[in-house]
Amino acid sequence: MALLEVNDLVTQFYTEDGTVRAVDGVSYQIDRGEKFGIVGESGAGKSVTSLSVMGLIESPGEIVDGEILFKGENLLEKSPEEMRRIRGNEIAMVFQDAETALNPVYTVGEQIAEGIRTHKDVSDEEAKEQAIEMLAKVGIPDPAERYSDYPHQFSGGMQQRAVIAIALSCDPDLLICDEPTTALDVTIEAQILELLDELASDFDTAIQLITHDLGVVAEICNRVMVMYAGKAVEKAPVEELYYEPKHPYSVGLMGSIPRIGDRRDRLETIPGTMPDLVEVPPGCSFHPRCPYAEEVCSRKEPQLVDTETGEASNPNDDGEHAAACLAYTGDLEDELSYQVEVLTEETYE
Amino acid sequence: MSSQPLVQADELTKYYSNADGFLDRVLGNQSKVRAVDGVDLEVREGETLGLVGESGCGKSTLGRTLLQLEEPTDGRVYFKGEDITELSGSALREKRREMQYIFQNPFASLNPRLTINDIVGEALDVHGIADGEERDARIAEILDTVGLKPSHANRYPHEFSGGQRQRIGIARALAVDPDFVVCDEPVSALDVSVQAQILNLLEDLQDDLGLSYLFIAHDLSVVEHIADRIAVMYLGEIVEVGTAEEIFSPPYHPYTHALLSAIPEPDPLWQGDRVILEGSVPSPLDPPNGCKFHTRCPIAQGDCGEWEDHPDLEDVGGSHQIACPYHEMIDSEV
Amino acid sequence: MRQKQRDTTTQRGRIRITGFDAERVRNRNPISDWSETESDGGTSRMEYAWRRFKSNRLAMLSVGVMALMTVVAVFARPISVDVAGMSLTVQPFALTPYGPGEMFVGSPNAAPSVEHLMGTDWSGRDLFSRVLVGTRYSLSIGLIATVLALFVGIPLGSIAGYFGGWIDEAIMRLVDVLYAFPFLVLAIGIIAALGQGFWNLILALTITGWISYARLIRGEVLSVKENEYVLAAKALGATDRSIIFRHVIPNAMAPVIVQATLSIGTVVLSAAALGFLGLGLTPGTPEWGTMLSSTRDTIAQGYWWVSVFPGLAIVVFVLAINLMGDGINDALDPQGDTATKQRMQ
Ligand SMILES: Nc1ncnc2c1ncn2[C@@H]1O[C@H](COP(=O)(O)OP(=O)(O)OP(=O)(O)O)[C@@H](O)[C@H]1O
Ligand SMILES: Nc1ncnc2c1ncn2[C@@H]1O[C@H](COP(=O)(O)OP(=O)(O)OP(=O)(O)O)[C@@H](O)[C@H]1O
Ligand code: SF4
Ligand SMILES: [Mg+2]
Ligand SMILES: [Mg+2]
Repeated sequence: MALLEVNDLVTQFYTEDGTVRAVDGVSYQIDRGEKFGIVGESGAGKSVTSLSVMGLIESPGEIVDGEILFKGENLLEKSPEEMRRIRGNEIAMVFQDAETALNPVYTVGEQIAEGIRTHKDVSDEEAKEQAIEMLAKVGIPDPAERYSDYPHQFSGGMQQRAVIAIALSCDPDLLICDEPTTALDVTIEAQILELLDELASDFDTAIQLITHDLGVVAEICNRVMVMYAGKAVEKAPVEELYYEPKHPYSVGLMGSIPRIGDRRDRLETIPGTMPDLVEVPPGCSFHPRCPYAEEVCSRKEPQLVDTETGEASNPNDDGEHAAACLAYTGDLEDELSYQVEVLTEETYE
Repeated sequence: MSSQPLVQADELTKYYSNADGFLDRVLGNQSKVRAVDGVDLEVREGETLGLVGESGCGKSTLGRTLLQLEEPTDGRVYFKGEDITELSGSALREKRREMQYIFQNPFASLNPRLTINDIVGEALDVHGIADGEERDARIAEILDTVGLKPSHANRYPHEFSGGQRQRIGIARALAVDPDFVVCDEPVSALDVSVQAQILNLLEDLQDDLGLSYLFIAHDLSVVEHIADRIAVMYLGEIVEVGTAEEIFSPPYHPYTHALLSAIPEPDPLWQGDRVILEGSVPSPLDPPNGCKFHTRCPIAQGDCGEWEDHPDLEDVGGSHQIACPYHEMIDSEV
Repeated sequence: MRQKQRDTTTQRGRIRITGFDAERVRNRNPISDWSETESDGGTSRMEYAWRRFKSNRLAMLSVGVMALMTVVAVFARPISVDVAGMSLTVQPFALTPYGPGEMFVGSPNAAPSVEHLMGTDWSGRDLFSRVLVGTRYSLSIGLIATVLALFVGIPLGSIAGYFGGWIDEAIMRLVDVLYAFPFLVLAIGIIAALGQGFWNLILALTITGWISYARLIRGEVLSVKENEYVLAAKALGATDRSIIFRHVIPNAMAPVIVQATLSIGTVVLSAAALGFLGLGLTPGTPEWGTMLSSTRDTIAQGYWWVSVFPGLAIVVFVLAINLMGDGINDALDPQGDTATKQRMQ
């Protein structure tokens, strides 16, 4: 049984401009100890997906459909009290902005110790000891002294480490990281990613990593889901996605990142921008931007299918490469004409 | 190419004093942020000079001081051979037709109360370039150049997406027909697919209009893509400069080496070596002595922290310069 | 053939994707008639704010009340202007049955009745007429004093905030000094020095009023001028004057407008308070505060109406103004805008 199983999740927001379907029928699974990535552009619904799992969707938002099974139990049926216990104890979250995630008037150490106390039955002394241990684990030098520092005395990277320490202090089974390194410099990002990777294997924690940086995903994830306009458009093992992207959107995304060492004069671009989620295009929501779109794309909504068989995607199959494009259900007249080359030492200018 | 660089900075220095109060000033409670600390730099005609470095290392300050948007504490800036640090009020305002700035934040850099027409037109008004129908025609033309529709002119910034706003910012800068443009992280706030659109646009504009860019970024892969030459900055100083190829192949400055190796590679099968730097960037209020990088440097030697001054940029072949006497001790490839 | 065997590498950038032809999208006919919901264009923030304001019922009610009061102020009595010795009537209507100063139009201290809707005061003046005409005083004092205070406070505060340095020190120390006096003491001092009268009252209220605007807008300007669009204007070569008036002040105004609306109420209350202390307008003027002041002895004798109606008028006026201010505040602080901004970053 998978650790987390999200089935047909639909989350909406009711705004002045109309109803925003931020997440529209998304399904995925995460196994124990697995590192699962969610990528997509700003506004694709990545954060809302995670907040839905955490039970943190607040008015004017609402989960209108689907189920979220965590260890086989549907989180959507839990009482707020039970959810509070699960959050922190079994599912923890790390946000992009470490500075606002820490309370400026308490010391970093106290905040970690407090987390430990609320979730474990320990004395104050023990909590402090464990907090110092956590600080050491996330690589903060002189943890015993740093215990009584306030957040502003920490640099950005150290603050993010402290947030991770708080998240991991109760030994959760699932750690949801929402752009944990976006605000950090590359050298610090590298430290934090390495840390996450190590800790996940030490604690056998599953990670759901949200990011828009394809480099970060490649670095630590096992499997990836690409989101576009509230839907999952591609789901694959990480290597498959990078070497054989199947959905035109993923292809465009992969083509538009500048890569070091490729001496391209021009980047590939995806024309236009992601639609407002109040009024998404009919049929395939990517069709106004897709070079391969045909007339049928504006009528028929593609489902997530196994790209080899063309049959509906099976969420239990971890090795499956699924994409939501009509090209894989035989509805398109033409082929998706793009090439992925892997340059070798010789072909590499 | 003429031998004279278009823009040249000579020992350019900018300190921010954080003694704001009257009392502080009287008591001499001055502590200085050394945002830019003696930078020599040149931008040649028609080229793109990339400027990279971590957050807070002084990239924006350098860009702004070059354009005299901040008054330098010391040093000179020559634009087409003329010392523009000497210029005053109206003479400097006149010079602004030739040098422009594109901002990082597509939200904060457009006045929310003005229409696009007013935002782009301001440049034309300030310098009396065009008015009446000619002004409208010129605005329509510029909007078209940056890929916006002329019908957008009457809208307000909040009616546009991030990428479109960045295009508006570019249109504003180009309205005066400048020769030199400082692009301060113009794509950092944008999504990858939009980022690619803007990068292509900037390159097309350079080809068509013969612009020279100082392109500031913290993302090395973006800089590698767009720049002809690259300067690497650490705590207010340039530690390495050279052509894109020179920077991305050995010899390296140890900081550049770490920076390069830290870039996440969008390839799950990539297994290059990582140089993980320990610790965090020291405060520019109280930078380390000697080589400012020695506190984090993996190859630091005993004397690195003891020199009177930071090491100078030394030629290492071609136009490649590195400010580290021990740089040859780095062996690994990136 | 699910998992292909691929080699690991230490070489960067070896995956190359080609053939994703964006030009095709640009050159083809649109596949469907879907297009991005383009707003009709040119909806400014003020228009959005007005829409939000309109949907706020209490605020709209308060606008109605204020409109009614304005009508009453204009039409309470005929208005005539003296032109070259001739008296020219520009507004001939009269909503009130009697002149506000006409004595003994009824018996003194008569209780409210059909003839005198609000009763009469000690000298037999019709209270209904006096309260209605009082609207003129309150409205004009509130508006004029507030507008004058804005005219002094906004430029001074903006200049202090924008330029900083010694200019800032000089202006803000003056503000601090004026703030050091309790408001009433200052106002009383000014009136004591200049004497009673409409314009002297306005002057006193302006001198005590501008400092809060100056302070408020200085703070706003300090944060607005850090915006990159201000630097962008500088980079274009715009002059300081044009930057202040085009970019800084318009974006710093919102809280000042709210504050100004709210303080019309305060100004009216202050005028009333000064009137009550006998320091406002000359006794006998049908200004609500002054009316309260001259009738304060009579309330003990059971003639409640002489105090209650002017008092009620003040309450309604100030309440309406405050509701309107709150409405403007809610309309100008577009939660939506800030939220979108944060989300997109
Ligand atoms: N509280 C909210 N109220 C209204 N709409 C919301 C709210 N939160 C999110 N949305 C909408 O839901 C959609 C998805 O937002 P989400 O935050 O999940 O995007 P994201 O993929 O995380 O993007 P980013 O990369 O910018 O974080 C967006 O269109 C957004 O406008
Ligand atoms: N107006 C100012 N007053 C005081 N200190 C300043 C000011 N502007 C910048 N600094 C300081 O100068 C240093 C360099 O800042 P700068 O903005 O140039 O960095 P940057 O390299 O552009 O960083 P980022 O990548 O975050 O934009 C920082 O330590 C910053 O705190
Ligand atoms: S379904 Fe059509 S429009 Fe959508 S991605 Fe596939 S080809 Fe493009
Ligand atoms: Mg998000
Ligand atoms: Mg900067």
